[in-house]
Amino acid sequence: MPASSTILEMRSITKQFPGVKALSDVSMTVQAQEIHAICGENGAGKSTLMNVLSGVHPSGTFTGDIIFQGQPVHFKDIRSSEEAGIVIIHQELALIPELSITENIFLGNEPTKHGAIDWVTAKKRALELLARVGLEDDPDTQIKHIGVGKQQLVEIAKALSKSVKLLILDEPTAALNETDSHHLLDLIRGLKGKGISSIMISHKLSEIEQVADSITIIRDGRTIETLNVKEDGVNEDRIIRAMVGRSLESRFPDRTPHIGEIFFEVRDWNVQHPQVPERMVVKNSTITVRRGEIVGFAGLMGAGRTELAMSIFGRSYGNFISGRIFKDGDEIHVRNVSEAIDQGLAYVSEDRKALGLNLIDDIKRSVVSAKLPKISVGQVVNNLKEYEGAEAYRKSLRIKAPSVDAGVRKLSGGNQQKVVLAKWMFTEPDLLILDEPTRGIDVGAKYEIYGIIQALAAQGKGVIMISSELPELLGLTDRIYTIFEGAITDCIPTAEADPETLMKSMTSGKKRDQRI
Amino acid sequence: MSEATGRAKGGLKDLKKIFGGGQSDVRQFGILFSLIAIIVLFQIKTDGKTLSSGNLINLVSQYSYILILAIGMVMVIIAGHIDLSVGSIAAFAGIVVATSMQSWHLPWPLAILFGLFVGALIGAWQGWWVAYVGVPAFIVTLAGMLIFRGANQVIGNANTVPVPQGFTTIGAGYLPEIGPSTGYNNLTLLLGLVIAIAVVLKEWRARRVQQSMGSAHAPLWVSIVKVVVLDAVVVSATILFAGGRVGTSFPISGIILGVLVLFYSFVTRNTIFGRHIYAVGGNRLAAELSGVKSKRVNFLVMMNMAILSALAGMIFVARSVASGPQDGMGWELDAIAAVFIGGAAVSGGIGTVTGSIVGGLVMAVLNNGLQLMGVGSDRVQIIKGMVLLVAVGVDVWNKSQGRPSITGFLMRDRNAVVRASGEGTESYPAGSGSIKEKVT
Repeated sequence: MPASSTILEMRSITKQFPGVKALSDVSMTVQAQEIHAICGENGAGKSTLMNVLSGVHPSGTFTGDIIFQGQPVHFKDIRSSEEAGIVIIHQELALIPELSITENIFLGNEPTKHGAIDWVTAKKRALELLARVGLEDDPDTQIKHIGVGKQQLVEIAKALSKSVKLLILDEPTAALNETDSHHLLDLIRGLKGKGISSIMISHKLSEIEQVADSITIIRDGRTIETLNVKEDGVNEDRIIRAMVGRSLESRFPDRTPHIGEIFFEVRDWNVQHPQVPERMVVKNSTITVRRGEIVGFAGLMGAGRTELAMSIFGRSYGNFISGRIFKDGDEIHVRNVSEAIDQGLAYVSEDRKALGLNLIDDIKRSVVSAKLPKISVGQVVNNLKEYEGAEAYRKSLRIKAPSVDAGVRKLSGGNQQKVVLAKWMFTEPDLLILDEPTRGIDVGAKYEIYGIIQALAAQGKGVIMISSELPELLGLTDRIYTIFEGAITDCIPTAEADPETLMKSMTSGKKRDQRI
Repeated sequence: MSEATGRAKGGLKDLKKIFGGGQSDVRQFGILFSLIAIIVLFQIKTDGKTLSSGNLINLVSQYSYILILAIGMVMVIIAGHIDLSVGSIAAFAGIVVATSMQSWHLPWPLAILFGLFVGALIGAWQGWWVAYVGVPAFIVTLAGMLIFRGANQVIGNANTVPVPQGFTTIGAGYLPEIGPSTGYNNLTLLLGLVIAIAVVLKEWRARRVQQSMGSAHAPLWVSIVKVVVLDAVVVSATILFAGGRVGTSFPISGIILGVLVLFYSFVTRNTIFGRHIYAVGGNRLAAELSGVKSKRVNFLVMMNMAILSALAGMIFVARSVASGPQDGMGWELDAIAAVFIGGAAVSGGIGTVTGSIVGGLVMAVLNNGLQLMGVGSDRVQIIKGMVLLVAVGVDVWNKSQGRPSITGFLMRDRNAVVRASGEGTESYPAGSGSIKEKVT
């Protein structure tokens, strides 16, 4: 097949929601056998464009033409786009945890014989499909028993079962660790060789740079440009500039650290897995934090970073075995979350929708929710103080919402994260533990959140930052602990650290010479 | 959008604030409209019997105990649970109290305290299973429904037990006649006056708070209209209640209900504990990570429900002058229906006390009006069932269309914008298990 033949052309797509023009005059062309990335900030219109393409927004609700394999197409719904060979895999996977791999692959598309499901054929085909995506698990395994990485592969197998020609992946690696991401990206590359094109939406620019053949950049509902990765010499800064429409001098705000004395210390911390007692998720860990210092936790997914952080924060994870916590020289006891809050600890979870926010609430109630006594007289909440407290943070953190009465569900990821940060800043903590504080957030909001973190350190607070993105740790922290299989393997001043040394300590139990 | 309609919409939004306070997104405004419509309909259909003194007095004393249950039930439902045992607990507490007065000659005020204590004990029992053992409330209270119904019949030998005169006051008593003869019940008039003044003061205070918050406060005319309408309702209700047959006036059980409504509205809206109930029901894991002791909240909510059930049972016994084996049959369903008609969400986290009371009143007026019209109880049940289904159905449908409420329908262009900006329908796995197990 000649590389120049186009598989998909979207021409002048304009999609109007009442009161808002989500897409205006967007055009893009996907060549056969290519991986085409779409980049843009949150709310730029990427998802709307993909919904237009996959029939979520049916033909007639938008203007413009879609030409697929040389034919104009008018999809009524997702089913009709799937019949044409366009399959979309959403960020939040649509698999049913209680069903088996086979059942999930053929859900809604079950092979039948005499009106009954033909499980023999289904299983045989499932095995073939799993082999194609490189998954060796038993197809009878329930989805809930395999990891997110493998679940993503099952989704792709499901797409292949529908004889897909164009695969749309929305943030496919957002929830995956490094190894799984690599595997997935390799698979997408492999599919390309077999004639399946992909459109990929991702915030991870390094990945895009590696895997994409061309990149369409969308900003404010318009196509900004389409780059050819090979010819145009694309790099991350180039993409970011087009996405935000301005050149980011630096991806991290400037900062001169003012680091004080050690004020927080965790000694010999041991925590057991909550269900599997013989498994230690945190082993003999000792950490220190100085005033005004930003300390990074680097480690692969599952290394025990979150477990360590949450077990320090009022033993909210696992079964506590042993260890002591010192603050300002005195031993403190934090047996539950409310004691942790009282002792000036704060923990911003990596999963802001499941663990960070009550999505039913408005901004006001969310911001004050971790420290209600601060705005209460006795047991009675003072509405005015609540409003003033929340409003101050809405202004200082620049949360984009008409007022603090706005519901948090409707906010963008970055603004939701600011609400969570506000909630914990409202508790006036001395030590903030931030677990993946920029996950799923667009570039502009990331920059703002970095600024907030630096400002907190400048106030003399200690900050522990957990992140899977090494550039973020290298750009923001003063010192980095590496964690491998529940144990701290190294502690490196950021000035002396580079991705290679970090990765070495994150993937092996061998300690370098200790310099804590 | 023209300026006039914009203002009208703003006014509508502010009028909506008569109910629900911070929870203005639920459908309480719509259900209030429905209540008014039903009252008007029956008033016409029954030739004015619905809004007669005798019928109103009857309505209050006949349904006060269901509304008391609805208060407890909405808190249980906000926390994300359900309680099926309230009717049986009411019956059990009723028979225990009746027996205590008949067999042990306990004075009736002490017997009432004893009844509340029995409710608290039962609540602690069920709360322990729900909160600390982790058995779903549906199962715990289904068991409780059987256990306490049976226990009622064991204690009473499946017979009725009469209660003494003094005790009947809480269910069948009225505000006494005192002061000069005015042709009306003076205490009821006084009560009406106090409420009318309270309405004005409350609105005035609310305006001041809104102004100091600088948040969108309604134009003055909205407040004035609101106060005039509300006070007109209060005044006409007062005259109706005060002008009934001599010897009757506003029922004592109605006063108990009123005090409980005020108290629990305040608790749910303005206290830390109230916030914690919403937090646990909205997202338990997030609440726990914010320092909320969710087990304690669940325990207290279940216990509170049982205490209110015992109170409702005693009021019913007092009204019927005896405790019997069939007392409280099906009450749980009436209470649950009231809460859901009043705008609570099955998934927890949403609901208000005032909304549930309005929901309960819808059911009560419907029941009463159909009875006045001579409709048989078989058909009344069918109609009530349909009303519940349609009311919640309309709400669910509205939500699936991205409109939060019936009022939302009138403001739909605004909501559509919100939808367009994304994140309209999000699904995330409902939290199960504790956070300790969540991270793996």
